[in-house]
Amino acid sequence: MAGRTRIMRAREWAYPVPPVRREVLSAQPEADEGRPPVLFVPGFGHGAWAFAEFWLGHTAARGFPAYAMSLRGHGASGSAPHTTLRAYVHDVVQVAAGLPRQAVLVGHGAGALVVAKALARYPARAGVLAAPVLGGFGSFAAALWRNPLGTIPAVFGGPLRLGRRQLFSRELPAETARQYTSRLGRAAPLAQWQLLAHRPAEAPVGAPPVLVVGSPDDRVVSVSTLQRTAARYGGAPLLFPGMGHDLMLDARWREPIDAILDWLEKAFAATERSPLIGYERLDDLLPPVRPADPGAWVA
Amino acid sequence: MSETISPPSLWRDGRPVYDRGGTVCVIGAGASGLAAIKNLKEHGFGVDCYERETGVGGAWNWRHDRSPVYASTHLISSKPLTQYPDFPMPDTWPDYPHHSQLLSYLERYADHFDLRSHIWFGTEVVRVEPVEGGRWDVTTRGARGGAERTQRYAAVVVANGHNWWPKTPAYEGQEQFRGEVVHASAYSDPAQLRGRKVLVVGAGNTGCDLAVEAAQQAAKCWHSTRRGYWYTPKYVMGRPADQVNDLTLALRLPLRLRQWLFHRVLRMTVGDLSRFGLPRPDHKVYETHPIVNSQLIYYLGHGRITPVPDVARFTRTGVELTDGSTIDPDLVLLATGYLPRFEFLAPEILNLDADGRPRLHMHTFSRTHPTIAVAGLLQPDSGLFTLVHWQTVAIARWLRLRESDPQRAAAFWNAVASSPDRRWTQAKVKDSTRHWFEVGHTVYLRALQKTLDELEVAA
Repeated sequence: MAGRTRIMRAREWAYPVPPVRREVLSAQPEADEGRPPVLFVPGFGHGAWAFAEFWLGHTAARGFPAYAMSLRGHGASGSAPHTTLRAYVHDVVQVAAGLPRQAVLVGHGAGALVVAKALARYPARAGVLAAPVLGGFGSFAAALWRNPLGTIPAVFGGPLRLGRRQLFSRELPAETARQYTSRLGRAAPLAQWQLLAHRPAEAPVGAPPVLVVGSPDDRVVSVSTLQRTAARYGGAPLLFPGMGHDLMLDARWREPIDAILDWLEKAFAATERSPLIGYERLDDLLPPVRPADPGAWVA
Repeated sequence: MSETISPPSLWRDGRPVYDRGGTVCVIGAGASGLAAIKNLKEHGFGVDCYERETGVGGAWNWRHDRSPVYASTHLISSKPLTQYPDFPMPDTWPDYPHHSQLLSYLERYADHFDLRSHIWFGTEVVRVEPVEGGRWDVTTRGARGGAERTQRYAAVVVANGHNWWPKTPAYEGQEQFRGEVVHASAYSDPAQLRGRKVLVVGAGNTGCDLAVEAAQQAAKCWHSTRRGYWYTPKYVMGRPADQVNDLTLALRLPLRLRQWLFHRVLRMTVGDLSRFGLPRPDHKVYETHPIVNSQLIYYLGHGRITPVPDVARFTRTGVELTDGSTIDPDLVLLATGYLPRFEFLAPEILNLDADGRPRLHMHTFSRTHPTIAVAGLLQPDSGLFTLVHWQTVAIARWLRLRESDPQRAAAFWNAVASSPDRRWTQAKVKDSTRHWFEVGHTVYLRALQKTLDELEVAA
């Protein structure tokens, strides 16, 4: 992905983002197999609960330490009515850097935009953009067309509302869908406006592999958007037909998360045999405790 | 275990040399060395790091004999201007964390990015010698002795720090002085001051901290400074002072205007320091390394610190000052700074002058040897970690570019080899060993941004 890394960050130095209490839920695998932790970042209106339903436990069951967070003003995180995208990015980087090992960032919806920006500030092991809402006037026009009643209030600082039929497929029982939508909150008005116009995400630091997943039947993000987003990261999207926007809550939630975890397993298997290293790593040959004299262990 | 390592095929002076292929050697696992390991790793290099102490953290690890920190050391730059740009300090930490938090930050950094598996602890680098093909023979041995061992590396990043070799002035008559003379590096605990008559020499940040500690603990405290300085409080206008200062930098206000503003703010908050008996500064603000201390003025106001001029000579029972007066301390603390040391390298490689000052391109790249670089040899007006992060990214990109695009690499190298020395500060700083590596973080980072863009490897 193009775009150089800007190292002059005057605003971040002069006006650091104010701290806030953050909700982080986690599920740990039974045995630590040394796999990287996976951090789920929900989109606007959603909280950590959206991942706690299914994906968190499933990810842990497959051997990855799993974490889900709520951006400020969402879920059980501290309130932040006047916040911006920058603060959301700060929240993600703070949580990621607080994990014991280098993490994989998984962002959903507008949370994918937050993750895309966080990837430029934290060298993640990998990035996953699920049904990414990267904003811009195109997606605004599409939202206005598909969901005028939910979108117009947001123009005036009201909440951006997504309908049941946009978020979920018909496979999900209406009662369950209603329960989920009743739990939705809202993002700060400034952050919602920033979806329209914001500086595009800088290139990720540390060149992590990035995967885009989505559904051709998503009524928030179109297939062409998915393809364009994936192409920016040099790939093609993984598509799950018949699912709504909320991949993690829809009836067939298992398919996308399994695909993501399969991809992660494959990506890490590849880097472990990276030709760039090309040399047996010294530490593979050594006992965990080193003798003080490096000469001592070579006969 | 040993059979998996191929027998050495190279020899040097009758001793075997183990070839480490394209691996890069990093010397030191302090803040700079850790950033070097991480960023080299991120650019696909194999890395071996040698650390003579038994843990990471370098200067910030108070367990190390050579660590300069004392019990009360706190940061003097606030969090956003101190942390690595890609690994922020926790929001729950204060604006100016304690040194023990810094150590735990560095330890977490090492664990988070799995850096420890690259580090040979308790291993000292004895010699680093260039060999043909731009490669390096690095000879190491256990820090407590043991057999030497030589390995050949593709490149070397020197990150051995510059705050561990005390710069100790020699005063006339010092040997007959009956009191104790100690360099600040040997000071760690305020109990060392309790009930004593203490003279603190030097107005660096350490000197001012020690004067404050002595004001709190000692029976009497003199603070000797050579000239008048500008003492910046940790907070101005309700915010960390460096963040306010960075606002004026972000707005790209001209230096003169910033100096005027800074003088105004200091006059309104701290006031005229000559009232306390301190000499007036003989220079404008920004022309010496910033001193950040809110408490020094406070204790001067309480009369707990007596400012005195420079030390002229020691006598048997006391110290004679340049104004002719004498004082009778029983403990003299020399907060006179540190000097860089590169004992393992031939002086011409880093272009060391007679005083031992290296002359490097951007304080980083050797002008004669393309595959050796120094990380963290900077004295910024902010925290170091941000700078050393991008500095080591530049080193990693440079080493990558040499492999992937020799033509562009050659162009960059020509520019490095012929580059003149320049200063990386807006104001012209006073000539002193303390300002050898003085950089303004914005000036330096803007230049680094240019270098990084030049070195960007097209994907």
